[in-house]
Amino acid sequence: MTAPLLEVDNLQTHFETLAGVVKAVDGVSFTVARGEVLGLVGESGSGKSITGFSLLGLLDAPGRVVGGAVRFNGEDLLALDAKRQRQIRGNRIAMIFQDPMMTLNPVLSIGTQMVETVRAHDTVSRAEARRRSRDALGKVGIPSPEERLDAYPHEFSGGMRQRVAIAIALLHGPDLIIADEPTTALDVTIQSQILAQVQQLCSELGMGLIWISHDLGVVAGLAHKVAVMYAGRIVEQGTVVDVLDRSRHPYTRGLIASTPMANQRGVPLHQIPGSAPSPLDRPEGCSFHPRCSRASDACVKVPEISRTRNHEWRCFHPLGADI
Amino acid sequence: MTAFLIRRLFQAIIVLVATSVIVFTGVFAIGDPLEILLPADASMAEREQVAESLGLNDPLPAQYVRFVTDAVQGDFGRSFVYNRPATEVILERLPATLELTFTALVISLVIGIPLGLWAGVAAGSATDETIMTGSILGFSLPNFWQGMMLIMIFSVTLGWLPSTGRGETGSLFGIETSFATWDGLKHLLLPAINLALAQTALVIRLTRTGVQETMPLDFVKFARARGISSPRILFVHVMKNILIPIITVIGIEFGSLVAFAVVTETIFAWPGIGKLIIDSINALDRPIIVSYILIVVTMFIVINFCVDALYSLLDPRIRVSAQ
Repeated sequence: MTAPLLEVDNLQTHFETLAGVVKAVDGVSFTVARGEVLGLVGESGSGKSITGFSLLGLLDAPGRVVGGAVRFNGEDLLALDAKRQRQIRGNRIAMIFQDPMMTLNPVLSIGTQMVETVRAHDTVSRAEARRRSRDALGKVGIPSPEERLDAYPHEFSGGMRQRVAIAIALLHGPDLIIADEPTTALDVTIQSQILAQVQQLCSELGMGLIWISHDLGVVAGLAHKVAVMYAGRIVEQGTVVDVLDRSRHPYTRGLIASTPMANQRGVPLHQIPGSAPSPLDRPEGCSFHPRCSRASDACVKVPEISRTRNHEWRCFHPLGADI
Repeated sequence: MTAFLIRRLFQAIIVLVATSVIVFTGVFAIGDPLEILLPADASMAEREQVAESLGLNDPLPAQYVRFVTDAVQGDFGRSFVYNRPATEVILERLPATLELTFTALVISLVIGIPLGLWAGVAAGSATDETIMTGSILGFSLPNFWQGMMLIMIFSVTLGWLPSTGRGETGSLFGIETSFATWDGLKHLLLPAINLALAQTALVIRLTRTGVQETMPLDFVKFARARGISSPRILFVHVMKNILIPIITVIGIEFGSLVAFAVVTETIFAWPGIGKLIIDSINALDRPIIVSYILIVVTMFIVINFCVDALYSLLDPRIRVSAQ
């Protein structure tokens, strides 16, 4: 078996604040292969976005990667100097952000921002950079791309802006795209268009994709693999079928049950009791145990990872074992 | 754009009329110029004759109407003291003040913006603390005291620079200016630095705040995720966003500098309009006072207009709403 495109091994990202150390990402491991889509799912504050930012060295102070390794195309991303890191960002690994209203600089034209992205990694003439930018805009379905290059971000709708952001991410034909809830801020119709487009582009270009989302429905339709995060750890991951249809971790089950389904109209929606723990004051052991109906005394220790071939989970009392 | 211009022009006229009424009434209230213009032993007949020749016997509204009628024809009256047209006296002194304020403004931008950027990027560091402490001193130490200290150090102790007067002027592009001669520049330096100190402190603080507010924004992070280099992010992406508030304040402050360069001009015996207006108020030289204030008001209006024009250059969102 060849090495995966991206291999994250025991990643730990901490925020040292005055109130204490926040372990935002606490030992996360996963892999992404070429052409593979990984859905990274979790509630707000579970550390899924921080995981994404950690890979690219884009953490805001006081966030710091304190442990683990990230191997990408044979390089350890965490050990790179600033220069090499910059060369990879936007070139081999691109990122798409959540809010398309905020990700483009409001006072620079789309063309300026695209051309500078091209020229940040390739020494080409301005005209050539502009031509590439125009082609990229065309590829994501923006009408009359030549004229739109001179437009400013406020002249685009939210969905169009997100397309621009995707076009920018595609400029250098990256090996991996990290998409941080890119459709959350968009209308459902636009969302599905963008999803279809991203899916198509990924399989066409053979890119790896990490799709960070809290929307299980979207992930189920898009991803090959799913990783469920809770309080800084991946509690369960595996193929979409395994994780969503044969969930082993009670939290995954809770998440699925909290998703409205058309065939359960009128039935009260399931709720996970309690709320996500404060990142400063996480429960000992398995962070989910105070909210878990299957918890026992054993859960005050962190459960080891149990695994089958395509499926792994961290739980002392997994579902399905007793069925 | 035309509608915008016409509206602005209309506003400007209203402001000018209102100011002239207020100033005219105010000047009328502060005292009788005859008391100062005539020797103490002047006879009643002499008083009557001078009052008549200066038009001081008419009621206030009549004097105002006469003033406005002359003013729209470009005649702002003759100075009581110099017995020359008031505008001529003022315009003769204006270049000295303008070159002083302009130099001060340039110094404050050239020093203030880089220091502010530096402090903003290195927020919380020793460099930042040092720069910010310095700017507090620039703000809070009285201007006249700073001026005297500059003279003490650079003129008295070190003997590098002259402490008073405007020095030799030369002709540059047909304008009499201190910039044209070495002696003129030497005389200009100390008063300009004195005038620039508080302004520099202001620019530093504005720039630093701008950097601090802009750096955490998503578009900066996205720019980093695209692989844009740090210098380009700071000098293009961040700078273009923070220039808007800086230009606003600088515009207003430039007007104030011209109008209130009084203290500096007094300390350094700089023959500008600041000194002229103080002398004129002491001598109750009404035409000079009124013309001076109207010229300053006009200047404020023009500066504000330029600031608005600069806005639309810097911010495409304003450009659209102005059209």
